Amino acid sequence: MDLSQYTLIWEYMQPELLLLIATVLLFFIDLFASPRFLDKWFSATACFLLAVVTILGCIPGEATHTLFGGMFISTPMTTAMKMVLNIGTILILLQAHTWINSEACKVRRGEFYELMFFTLFGMYLMISSGHFLIFFIGLETASLPIAALVAFNKQGGDSYESGAKYLFNAVFSSAIFLMGISFMYAIGGSLYFVDIATVATTHTALFIVALAFIITGIGFKLSLVPFHLWTADVYQGGPTAVTAYLSVISKGAAAFAFLWVLFKTFSPSHEMWQGILYALIILTITLGNLFAIRQKDLKRFLAFSSISQAGYIMLGVMAYSAQGLTALVYYILVYIFSNLAAFGVIAAIENKTGKVNMDDYNGLYQTNPKLSLAMMLAMFSLAGIPPFAGFFSKFFIFASAVNSGFYILVLIALINTIISLYYYLLVVKAMFINPNENPIEPIKTDCYGRTGLVICVAGILLLGIASCVYGYLSGLSLTVGI
Amino acid sequence: METPMMYYIVISLVMFFAGVYGFMTRKNMLMMLISIELMLNAVDINFAVFNRFLFPGQMEGMIFSIFAIAIAAAETAIAIAIIINIYRHIRNIDADNLDDMKY
Repeated sequence: MDLSQYTLIWEYMQPELLLLIATVLLFFIDLFASPRFLDKWFSATACFLLAVVTILGCIPGEATHTLFGGMFISTPMTTAMKMVLNIGTILILLQAHTWINSEACKVRRGEFYELMFFTLFGMYLMISSGHFLIFFIGLETASLPIAALVAFNKQGGDSYESGAKYLFNAVFSSAIFLMGISFMYAIGGSLYFVDIATVATTHTALFIVALAFIITGIGFKLSLVPFHLWTADVYQGGPTAVTAYLSVISKGAAAFAFLWVLFKTFSPSHEMWQGILYALIILTITLGNLFAIRQKDLKRFLAFSSISQAGYIMLGVMAYSAQGLTALVYYILVYIFSNLAAFGVIAAIENKTGKVNMDDYNGLYQTNPKLSLAMMLAMFSLAGIPPFAGFFSKFFIFASAVNSGFYILVLIALINTIISLYYYLLVVKAMFINPNENPIEPIKTDCYGRTGLVICVAGILLLGIASCVYGYLSGLSLTVGI
Repeated sequence: METPMMYYIVISLVMFFAGVYGFMTRKNMLMMLISIELMLNAVDINFAVFNRFLFPGQMEGMIFSIFAIAIAAAETAIAIAIIINIYRHIRNIDADNLDDMKY
């Protein structure tokens, strides 16, 4: 065995290895530190470790590296995506502080952080895979611990029901995905993305079945519409921090990996998967929006909103260009900030009062002006109202699809944006206009939650205006060469 | 005389779709889990057979099926943990009883 490989592995796999080190460190801190220290500083330690990982390992370089004979590929764009995921996870850890330190969850606090770090590790692998084996392992490492996290509230509520629903759907979809891969193997005799791209150029029946199975398998993780049925139940029953994690980080990583597989592996047959995605996107956006209108539970409401957002994200995949890649990553970044602002408010209110219903939010502005302001900004950004970041991300992703010639699809997406405006504004109306005799009492969030919300709001306000972010991502995606 | 490849593939496909059928129709969660295992094992057979008959010079399919088996075991472990948790709450493991959340 060639020992010189080891230094290369350390050099090129830095985000993954640093994250693993952070996980092990966290485990030992959880084991040996005094309870008083843990009560006070454990969340801060976790955030700090993740921030260190981000700063040391996830700053995009310039060159593309491959490891393990091409199974692992690290490009500047994948590193940037890892950074985006890290930022989102840090925000979620900040918001989870109150909940995880409550009496019921305190005992299992360490597990929450370690499982979360492990899923993040799986997503890293999935993002920078160059071979279906790594991709599959990453996918499973990313989705199995989440099932445990969703069922985290052992004592009560609907947590166990959500956990079961998530797990069975995840395993079922990965079985279908594996079947697709096995057919792909029968066609080409290799599972490297590059090899499949050169071999699988003819559209045999086997190839079409394999492609459909693979899209189905990843579609489950992304909750695209025919495969979305688990989403609302899992989001409603899971702990709010985990729901937030599922809706932004897990979805973002899956979307990016999906794009990667389709761009790299199935580039010769892009017209075929564009045809499949065309139908999926229209269904996803429209049905997600229509079902969101009738929801009263806010977590369920955000579940359907995130389904329709997944449809918008897929527009970047449809574009099949470097511009689409940039728009997708930018959309995910903005979506992380706006959705986490909404979840931060929901978590703050749920922790104190246990209320998640939209009617409970009536008159929130009179008692909690700051929280309702943050929620309003989040809703405006999700809907895409101009000065906020959501408008720019939507604009870029529509522009990328239009540049590839999908005019009708973008028109349908635009009409759906108007529908979505209606239900996002319902929340704003409840908070600011609807009268209420006894609104939720004033809530004082702890400094962790407040920091998280302030960062989210700052992101919503600044990300769109600071055009350097999009420019930077655009420069990175040009180096990928699609 | 060697068994032709088609025989194996028919078996694996029958297993796979029996798994899909079982997953859709069974009420007991353990039976649903077994159906999923059927699907995963069908895929393993597929990989081994394609490797053995179509690409005998290499080992990629075999290695993949080993990894798939290991991951299937992890999935089963988590699924059983969750099923036990459900049993502690509602004293049975019928999927029909998990209907607190709908629409």
